[in-house]
Parts: sequence; C-alpha cells; structure tokens
Amino acid sequence: MTPETMPEVLLKAENLLVRRGGVTVLDIPALDVLSGQVLALIGPNGAGKSTLLLTLAGLLKPARGSLLFRGEKIGNGGFDYRRRIAMVFQEPLLFDATVFDNVAAGLKIRGIGRAEIGRTVPEYLERFGVGHLAKRSARKLSGGEAQRTSLARAFVTKPEIVFLDEPFSSLDPPTRDALIGDLEQILRETHTTAVASTHDQMEALRLADRLAVMNGGKIAQIGPVAEVMNRPADKFVASFVGVETVLPGRVLSVSDGVFVAAVEGGEIQAVGHVRTGEGVLCCIRPEHVTLSTNAPPLGTSARNVFSGIIRTITPLGLFHRVRVDCGFDLVAYVTRQSLEELLLQEGKSVTASFKATAVHVIRRGALPPG
Amino acid sequence: MDLILEGILKAFYLIFTLDKEVLGITLLSLKVSGTATLISLFIGISVGTAVALARFPGRQLVVSLINTGMGLPPVVVGLFVTIFLWRNGPLGFLEILYTPTAIILAQAVIATPIVTGITLASIQHLPANLRLQILALGATRVQMVWLLVKEARLPLLAAVMAGFGGIISEVGASIMVGGNIRGYSRVLTTATVMETGRGNFDVAIALSVILMLLAFLVNAILTQIQQRERPR
Repeated sequence: MTPETMPEVLLKAENLLVRRGGVTVLDIPALDVLSGQVLALIGPNGAGKSTLLLTLAGLLKPARGSLLFRGEKIGNGGFDYRRRIAMVFQEPLLFDATVFDNVAAGLKIRGIGRAEIGRTVPEYLERFGVGHLAKRSARKLSGGEAQRTSLARAFVTKPEIVFLDEPFSSLDPPTRDALIGDLEQILRETHTTAVASTHDQMEALRLADRLAVMNGGKIAQIGPVAEVMNRPADKFVASFVGVETVLPGRVLSVSDGVFVAAVEGGEIQAVGHVRTGEGVLCCIRPEHVTLSTNAPPLGTSARNVFSGIIRTITPLGLFHRVRVDCGFDLVAYVTRQSLEELLLQEGKSVTASFKATAVHVIRRGALPPG
Repeated sequence: MDLILEGILKAFYLIFTLDKEVLGITLLSLKVSGTATLISLFIGISVGTAVALARFPGRQLVVSLINTGMGLPPVVVGLFVTIFLWRNGPLGFLEILYTPTAIILAQAVIATPIVTGITLASIQHLPANLRLQILALGATRVQMVWLLVKEARLPLLAAVMAGFGGIISEVGASIMVGGNIRGYSRVLTTATVMETGRGNFDVAIALSVILMLLAFLVNAILTQIQQRERPR
C-alpha cells in the first residue's frame, strides 16, 4: 500500500497497561485503528480482547497509557468521547422496554427531540430488519432479533467508531450468518470504523480489513488480513490463524458455478455463488496443495496449477510447511518422505496445484486493502 | 365456638356500617405506614443503589449491616426511638413521642433497611455489563444510575411490598412510641392488642380482618403489576 492511500489513524492507543488484582491483563505498547476500516481482534478466551475493547471505548480506565481520538487526547472520564462511539456486547443488554424505545435510548440520552427520534429510529429498525418488531417488548425477542436491536441501537447514534465484543458468538450459525452479512453491508455503506473481537476466524475474515491476533494480553501480530493469515509472525499466530493461504481477489468471470478470480500475481479458479466484479477471499488449506517437480502435470483434475519457487521450508513435526512463491504466496504441507524424494529445498522451482473445490470462498462486498 | 362466630358477625357489622372508630383507626394505619414506606423508599433506593454501584473499603461490612438491618426486631427499634425521643433524649426537643409522627419515624427505621437490602440485591442482579452498555450509549453518571434503577423496577416492587407489609402489621414499636392513644395514635395493630386484652374479641377480629384485607390488597395489586410485566 502506498503512503498516499494509507487511511488516517482515527484512534491511537499508546502504552496501554491494564491490571486486575495485581496481574497485568493487557499490555499494548501501540495500536492504531484506521479510519473507515474494520479491525478484528482474534485470539483465544482470556487473551484480553474484551479488556482491550473496553479500554479503547473509554469504559475501562487503564493503569497507564493514553488514547488519542483524531489526534486529541481523550479527556477526563471520556464523556465527550463516549458520545461519539458505540459498543455492542455479546449479550444484547436490552432495556425492559419496546424494541423502538431500546433503539431510541442513545438518542434520548443525548436529549434529541421526539420528532427526530420518530424520523431516525424507524430507518435503523428497517436497516437491521427489526422494523416489524418496533412495538414488541425486548423481552420477547429471539436471540438474533435481540442482537439486531442492539446493533440498531448502536448505529442509530451515527457513531464515529463502533466497538463490537463478540457480538455473534451466542447466536446459532444461520442467524449469525445473516446478521454478519447485514452488519458487513452497513459497515461498508457507512464507512464506519469498527473494532470487533471474535474467536471465530471466518467471522474475522468476512468483516475485517485488518487483523490483530491477541495472546496473553498482548498483540502477537497486527496487519492486513491476508498478511497475517499468510505470514504468521510466530508459532502462536500460525497455530491460531495461519492454517490457510488467504488471497484477496475480485471475480473476473463466472460460468457453471466455477468462477475465475484475479488475485495479486495470478488467477484462481474456484467454486461458489458469486457475481462478476465482487470481492472475495480465496482460502486454501495447505493440505490441499500438491507439489511436484515435473512440468505442469497433464490429465489432472486440479484446475489450479502454478509454477513457483520455494521460498521457505519450515519443519512442523510430522510434516513440513513449504511456502511457494507463484506470484502470490501459497503454503503447502509436505511429508518428510516427499520432501526427500522430490529433493525439495529453498530456491527450487516446483509446480503447485489444487482443485477448484478446495478453495474456501468468502464473499466480501468490497476489495479489502492490502 | 359462639365466641368466634359472634365475633366474626360483629366484625362484619362494624366493617360494613363503617364504624367511625374502626374507620379512623384504619385510615391512620394506612397514613402512618404509607408515609413511613415512602420515606423508606426514598432513603432505601438511594442508599441501596449507591452501595450496589460503589466500590470502597469496608463495603462488605456495610452490606452485612444492611442485611442484618432487614431483620431488625421492631421492639428494639421501638426502644431506641423511645430513648431518642424521650424528654431529655437527643431528639427530645422535637416533642413528638406518643404521636403518629413518632410511629412514622419508628416504622421508617424498620422499613428502610428492608428496602435498602432489596434495592442492593436488585441492582446487583442486573447484568454486569449493563452499566458499561449504558455508559457506551453516551449516558452521564446520573443518567446511568437512573436507567439502572428503572431497569430494576420490577424487583424494586418487591421492596415496596416487603417494606409496607413489614410495617403495617408491626405492633411493638408502634405501641412503644405511639402510646396507643385513642383517636390519636391508635393504629390497627395496637388496637387489636388492646381489644384482645380487654376480651373484646369482636372488635379485635374486625380489626384483624381489616388488617389482613389491607395487606392482601396491597400485595395483590403489586403482584398483579409485577406478574403482568414479567418476561414470558
């Protein structure tokens, strides 16, 4: 990414330190949240994702460190700041009132008049698909409806930044899928900056522009999604997210369910319901990638065949992780026996292939930067 | 058996003919206990909410004291209120001993810890993150506290019930600080004690029936509200 296209830093955290009962639970020397982007915090339970979100939202006072919002230090108590943000928790945390009144809560707190509330609230109820439930008591909603209401309540105040703390983790998969789709659309439409925590890799891949992998209260790695996924900085990151090659791309053509996507440095064939021009993430698991030292094999069912050069070989116990540069980076797992038989070594030319059906496709509204 | 039957018949006669003395005693009881409940709600909800939300050294002790206070024996309250209001006691200058005001004071002292304790429990029972969610919606501290109390309104009805129920049927403190003066500081419970002592069972039964009806009515209304708004 060139410096000119680099989005500005909306929220900057410096030297954050949070202690609980004498134990350091969060230690973040520096963190930038970029304007208009979605930053996903991913990591195991207890990694400090929620603590970081609460601290960034000004709801938890760190023992040390400071937050800068649009270059200005967040003042005492952070009251002004809190009126410019919104947060959605794992539990919907709705008030014992109607769906309408719940969504209106943030506006009422800001002293906004009845007329404007009457105009704005229905719009956001519709956006999150709960317009028909406006008069229903929040206590009589399903999990998905409640979380939709909670999201509408957060977005109706037109926050400059939204913090989402595992907002979908208590929902069943179909509900979650639909809701992520809606949220993704709204985030992209409104260019809202967001920080979302999740322990679900697919959720992070769908929503995020940048990914921060957390472990033990620290950020193990942060960067554009594809970079973190494809080039894990250490063993922990690799074990947590680095199991796939993730290639951001754009659909060039679709025929008979098979589509061709342009990725940086090449074209990939994959299977999925996509539209031409749509942004996608192509995820390829290393065990699905075959390496050979021959010229491109004939008579293979693999629709994706690339020539490349081996960049790194990392032993991982029972097998080796081989990173091949085919214009883009492709990771393959190879047994020690194959490694020896094919005389694979760094710098050697190989042919890498995988089937179109081996590509896990994640649809993205827009082409993610990076 | 005749005694009970006659007593009950006489009781209903007194109630349905709106006997002046019985009516007066009933109204005074309602007024005294109602006022005391209001006072205890005002203090109890404020203190209970404050203790529920604040973190300070010795908080545990305060919570224990409040919980102990929920079971204050009325006669002990009566004793201390009497001492305080006694001619040369610390509050003797008020000259309110043996007045309905003294009963209100004593009953408020009994009901306040009950309301405080239930408020404390209700606020603490709200989801832990609700406070943060409200702040994240842009609320000031005052707005946050108000929204939390509003959210706990159903369990707080229990505080009203428990407070009022506890003092309308209380007799020890009322007789000690009120003096059971006819037409002045005589309430349902003190009158019942006296009439029973005199062997006027009919009047005593009438008063008891009214007392039970009152307690039942108040609780029925509150329960109705609570159950209607209850989720699912």
